[in-house]
Amino acid sequence: MTDPYQDPLTSSPLLEVRDLSKYFALSSRWLSRIFTRQPRPVLKAIDGLSFQILRGQTFGLVGESGCGKSTVARVIVGLYAPTRGEILFEGQFVNQRNHRFSRASLHSRMQMIFQDPYASLDTRWRVRDIIAEPIRAFKLAQSRAALRNRVAELLLQVGLSPSDGGKYPHEFSGGQRQRISIARAISSNPDFLVCDEPTSALDVSVQAQILNLIKELQRRLGLTYLFISHNLAVVHHISDHVGVMYLGRLCEVAPKRILFSQPQHPYTRMLLDTIPDLSLTGRKRQPVTGEVPNPINPPSGCPFHPRCPVTNERCQVEQPHPGASGESMVACHAVEENRLQ
Amino acid sequence: MTINRTSGRKGGFGHWVRQVADHDVFYSFTRSPVTMLAAFTTFVIVFASIFAPWLTPHDPFNPASLDLMEAFTPPVWLEDGTWKYPLGTDDQGRDILSTIMFGNRISLIVGFFAVLLSMLIGITLGTVSGYVGGWFDVVTMRLADAQLTVPPILIALLVDGVARTTLPRELQEEMAIYVLIFSIGIAAWPQYARVTRSGAMVERNKEYIAAARIIGIHPVRIMLGHIVPNVMGPTLVMATIGVALAIIIEATLSFLGVGVPPTTPSLGTLIRIGNDFLFSGEWWITIFPAVALVVLVLSVNLIGDWLRDTFNPKLR
Repeated sequence: MTDPYQDPLTSSPLLEVRDLSKYFALSSRWLSRIFTRQPRPVLKAIDGLSFQILRGQTFGLVGESGCGKSTVARVIVGLYAPTRGEILFEGQFVNQRNHRFSRASLHSRMQMIFQDPYASLDTRWRVRDIIAEPIRAFKLAQSRAALRNRVAELLLQVGLSPSDGGKYPHEFSGGQRQRISIARAISSNPDFLVCDEPTSALDVSVQAQILNLIKELQRRLGLTYLFISHNLAVVHHISDHVGVMYLGRLCEVAPKRILFSQPQHPYTRMLLDTIPDLSLTGRKRQPVTGEVPNPINPPSGCPFHPRCPVTNERCQVEQPHPGASGESMVACHAVEENRLQ
Repeated sequence: MTINRTSGRKGGFGHWVRQVADHDVFYSFTRSPVTMLAAFTTFVIVFASIFAPWLTPHDPFNPASLDLMEAFTPPVWLEDGTWKYPLGTDDQGRDILSTIMFGNRISLIVGFFAVLLSMLIGITLGTVSGYVGGWFDVVTMRLADAQLTVPPILIALLVDGVARTTLPRELQEEMAIYVLIFSIGIAAWPQYARVTRSGAMVERNKEYIAAARIIGIHPVRIMLGHIVPNVMGPTLVMATIGVALAIIIEATLSFLGVGVPPTTPSLGTLIRIGNDFLFSGEWWITIFPAVALVVLVLSVNLIGDWLRDTFNPKLR
């Protein structure tokens, strides 16, 4: 696959994903399946995803609920084994065959920040033990004193005080808990962080603080992010490149500036139209219509065609594949045929 | 429940006492006179049975100190009663008060260790079932279901019978208490397994478990470090009530004559011995051990009920 935004002067890809797919088999009750003689239904949570993330940059992944964003995160960090496709980290395959081997060396270099700050910390552990868990697991501290110092340093780094280490998670607010979660994620000196909607469970005022902390850490520690969100404003604030997902597929991948100024895929345009903008007052807008179809039984052809304003017969039968269009990669027949205005 | 920890300040016994006194659980304890009474009674019984060899007025198990002439002495407030035997004596002249104190001891030991054994089996199988799932879960849970269709007392009887026949005769008396603990422990594990499993299935999908898995922590360490501490709460409450149940099962088995031997009697054995004399007028031989059993089981049960109510916010 040719990369439309590869600039050899800036950096090389840290993480690359090729044709990544994850299918979930539903209903494991084989008895009822035998009686009804129906095939086991399969949910294609992600289907043929390809993208790459450049070192030191942030790749934002947006999409509606249920489009498979979180599954992408979980496959990349190794919580789910991919059904098909490859993950490359620094050009090395992280595939299933030598899964265990390569994962072990990656554990300390890849970490994740979770969505729910209340479920992501063990309520029975003290904060210092939560943050120290990765350090202990990888034996990164030589002594107890070194461990204590490192935890204190991490707490300061995320804007908490070292004395907070003795407390339990329930003594903190959602935003503070997310800071603890971030401290744990960076405690093993990772290169790559997967942020799975880290701000969507927080108040708007706190969201901004956490986003700025995430950006600040990237600048200071040279981190690379996969940032997943359903909030376009958040993605605009933090990303360098953006991928738009719909029903387990990428419709459009582009540098942030281009995606927000010249969106090409009809779905991207529809999403961007939902952002309230003062300059649009009084003008006619195209509201988002319809709902995301059931992913167990997706539409034929292009999955977006039932909601697409520029659909035609080809869209209903033939699945579009990502193709370069300007600086973007777009999977759309209309864009390919220049049917859009 | 929330814990009012005075954060920052550390150390010392005083700090610990302040934490306990600030705690909701302690508050709820002070608001429940019944629980306080039950806790006090349990404490007295436990204390008396731990120090039984030093506290008892007589040594009921030393045949040399027994006087058959003093058999069937009634309690002190009846005619012919003496202060030497406040609750009277049995058919062999053993002091009832002393035998009850030793009997409590056996009952408590069996109850405590049987519950410990059930918890060990139940929590281990339940955690692995809930966390790992798959065929192990299916097999374990169907086994638990199968065992739950039979009353625990029958399971205990069965295991007890099998264990007895496999043991050589000369070992049977000294192994009796271990056989009892084993059979009662085996009989009660499914409850603990079920509760632990449902808890583990909830915890398994929480994100802190995902965080530990991403680091590559071994599943056994995840289960021991994260899952078990988070699902222990309900099982500890169950265990308190379980101790009372185990004591009753032990008493029943001993009453039926398959428990501990008459030379080292438990409360159940004492009740059985006294039962033979109930209709000949020597009621105290069976009634006092029976009252002791009721008081012990009731106290432990009341504490268990209180624990359950306190730790279940829905019942508050």
